[in-house]
Amino acid sequence: MSLTLLIVQTLNGLQFGVLLFLIAAGLTLVFGVMDFINLAHGVQYMLGAYLAVMFYALTGNFLIALVLALAAALLLGLLLEFTVFRHLYDRDHLEQVIATFGIILFLNQGVKVVWGAAPLSLPIPDMFAGTIVLSPGILYPIWRLMIIGAGLAVALILYLLVSRTRVGMLVRAGATHARIVSALGIDIRRLFMIVFGFGTMLAAFAGVMIAPILSVEPGMGDSVLILAFVVIVIGGIGSMRGAFIAALLIGLVDTLGRSFSIDILRLIMPPSPARTVGPAIASMLIYVLMALVLYFRPAGLFPAKGR
Amino acid sequence: MSLAVTSTSRGRHYEALPVAIFLVLALAPLAAAFGAETYLLGLFTRVMIYGIAALALDFICGYGGLVSFGHAAFVGIGAYTAGIFSAHGITDMAITLPVALLVSALFAWLTGTVCLRTKSVYFIMITLAFGQMIYFVAGSLSPYGGDDGMTLKLRSTLFGFPVLQNDRALYYAVLVFLLASYLLCRAIVASRFGRVFRGARDNPTRMATIGYDVFRYQRVAYVIAGCLGGLSGFLLANATEFVSPSFMSWQRSGELIIMVLFGGIGTLHGAIVGAAAFLLLEDMLGGITENWKLIFGPMLVLIVLFARGGLLGLTQSLWERLRRG
Amino acid sequence: MAEPVPNPVLRIENLRKSFGGLVVTDGVSLDINAGELHAVIGPNGAGKTTLINQISGTLEPSSGAIYLNGDDITALPPNRRAERGLARSFQITSVLPRFSALENVALAVQARSGSSYQFIGRADRESALNDAAMQALTEVSLDSRADILAAHLSHGEKRALELAIALAMQPKLLLLDEPMAGTGPKESERLIVVLQRLKGRFAMMLVEHDMNAVFALADRISVLTYGRILASGAPAAVRADPAVMTAYLGEELE
Ligand SMILES: Nc1ncnc2c1ncn2[C@@H]1O[C@H](COP(=O)(O)OP(=O)(O)O)[C@@H](O)[C@H]1O
Ligand SMILES: [Mg+2]
Repeated sequence: MSLTLLIVQTLNGLQFGVLLFLIAAGLTLVFGVMDFINLAHGVQYMLGAYLAVMFYALTGNFLIALVLALAAALLLGLLLEFTVFRHLYDRDHLEQVIATFGIILFLNQGVKVVWGAAPLSLPIPDMFAGTIVLSPGILYPIWRLMIIGAGLAVALILYLLVSRTRVGMLVRAGATHARIVSALGIDIRRLFMIVFGFGTMLAAFAGVMIAPILSVEPGMGDSVLILAFVVIVIGGIGSMRGAFIAALLIGLVDTLGRSFSIDILRLIMPPSPARTVGPAIASMLIYVLMALVLYFRPAGLFPAKGR
Repeated sequence: MSLAVTSTSRGRHYEALPVAIFLVLALAPLAAAFGAETYLLGLFTRVMIYGIAALALDFICGYGGLVSFGHAAFVGIGAYTAGIFSAHGITDMAITLPVALLVSALFAWLTGTVCLRTKSVYFIMITLAFGQMIYFVAGSLSPYGGDDGMTLKLRSTLFGFPVLQNDRALYYAVLVFLLASYLLCRAIVASRFGRVFRGARDNPTRMATIGYDVFRYQRVAYVIAGCLGGLSGFLLANATEFVSPSFMSWQRSGELIIMVLFGGIGTLHGAIVGAAAFLLLEDMLGGITENWKLIFGPMLVLIVLFARGGLLGLTQSLWERLRRG
Repeated sequence: MAEPVPNPVLRIENLRKSFGGLVVTDGVSLDINAGELHAVIGPNGAGKTTLINQISGTLEPSSGAIYLNGDDITALPPNRRAERGLARSFQITSVLPRFSALENVALAVQARSGSSYQFIGRADRESALNDAAMQALTEVSLDSRADILAAHLSHGEKRALELAIALAMQPKLLLLDEPMAGTGPKESERLIVVLQRLKGRFAMMLVEHDMNAVFALADRISVLTYGRILASGAPAAVRADPAVMTAYLGEELE
């Protein structure tokens, strides 16, 4: 019984971690290459989910909805990049924070106006609906396994892109020596646009994938954004490998902490206070983890050199 | 870097401004007596309370270069201290206020120890994360209302007297706290300590090589700002007779930064103007449409792109242009 | 505390520093005695700035030890080294741009006089600090520019301000990283005169490309190439060293 729960929750933690990775990957790339802190990254995840719901309602086909949502999210992202973000790259972090905060306010409200404040949902594609038997007595939703699989696949693709292609090489160089890259006469504007567009798509992809098991509602990107920050801070800003490891770590610690904190506390205190204190401690765990990592390694687990 | 300007040599009309601000605040209740008294008193009380928090943020951000995106956490801590005490029937300020300040200081010291070892954008993200941590912790306090928060049975008392019960008394108490906070910050900025703190923003390496342990000075400043944030929250709980996790949501932290930016960063009194501008604007736009954020969001973007230096900076440059003719 | 033989002010033992695979300080050992002016010369990229960074504590050595007045300071942070009397100037000017020249120096004075955890009272009105700061500015002939923001000073004036800040710390050992870099011949002349006057008051390490300055000022010279000390000794001996002639000095002396 308890072992079953442990296995299921570990998978849930992995699934959450993979989702965080999809969001954090774009964020850490954008930050690493452009030194641009983009709070609006979370609303791009939200937009992905909403667009998928909309296109699904129009087409009735999940795959088409996914592709259209990604394309639309990319267009919207590039529009934002073109009109606002590119004027912010050489500004203070403080100014970047304020301006992108303004965009969050606008888009969260805009989503409410367009789609309403009530939560929406996206059905799981028939093929992947239901559960499978992992081992006797352990059932697990197929869609969650799909998310884990898709996330790991994206991680692999990202790894190949970053380590094997020319753009990837520039991205790696840009994360550590932005000035040198631009001094080499690389069209930095174009590089930025590619990286930014890519990050947007990853966030939107995460939004689409999670929409079938989470309610789609205004502001859904906000708390995820902050968790993504925790991930890239722990992993080391600009480090893809760091983001991956930190995302899985956070996903597991948060999920397992929430499901077992009360049980663990009951070993050392009576049930009633354990039920009160448990959730409070569980909600602090990942931040305490972050504090510990940063106390010993102020630049994160995999610091990008030269920053 | 371009945003913050330390004005060690303030012009004369610059000095007149803080005096004018406090005069207006002192006289506002008299004017309010002629109409819409409860509304105006309430609004200005909130302006002053947020003014204290924004002031504290301007102190570390404008003078120390420490952009904290988690300052609402301290507001929440101050508010919850008042709220939790009140839930247990303890309302005397002589006990509750010092405890609120102490808890805020402790939280600032602990988180500052982690945040301040890191730089610029790490600092922004980590303060944001710690703010979110406190937000979730408050939401998990089911005995104290959980996500919904709780109402206070009674406003704070002082040695048994219900000194804040009357709205006007509360108003002037808040004004006194605001004035004290402002004068304190001003004194600190100009003091030996403040000079080291400001120097650390300009060039931490240089400060270290002339013998200052930059980290310790920054941590002390962070604790001071945290205490003022806690004071603000303590007063907020009294003014609204309610506390909830939303006091410390990350949007609140963002709003505090916006207030500082509105007033023009690194001026102290600007933070008060910024708080007033923000809350009035929120009220005004909110009166026009419930979707006021559709207007406010793009406004922020435009301000960042086109109006560097905030409202005071804007009026000041207009003023100078007028005087030159 | 009582030492049988007088310690050198600075002793470096077998210092090594590498960035990844690049060894930038390769087993450097040297002493600087009280009152001595020790010049370190060497081509660009030889590792002179890296050496100064390690002595002043802004960079951690890979191995080796640094002693200041006999005490091991290898693990101390820069501020603790400054407290013990170590001052430095930076090759790339490093002042507080938004502070006046006087306040830049006054901050250095403040660091050595009483606590800086004073939260009231205007620091810029403390005459004890300002007087001492003004004195340091006068030493480098910058007194007439005391109230100018450091950001608005000319390059040469910023170099002088760097020196004034270091002087105000009343150092026991002063590390100067190319104080004449980028200044005109006139300003260089003036700086040489200033350093000549300061010589003997405290120990100095002077990193400089201007050979006139080096040979006019140095008691001893060490030549650094590829992170190693190639030769070390009295100016005349170093000048005559054939290895130095071919490796470094050759072209510049002819
Ligand atoms: N932080 C660093 N990372 C990598 N290499 C460095 C770093 N600092 C200096 N170097 C390298 O060390 C060598 C010596 O530099 P430096 O000490 O500045 O020389 P010098 O002051 O003698 O001109 C140079 O090749 C430089 O590129
Ligand atoms: Mg050098």
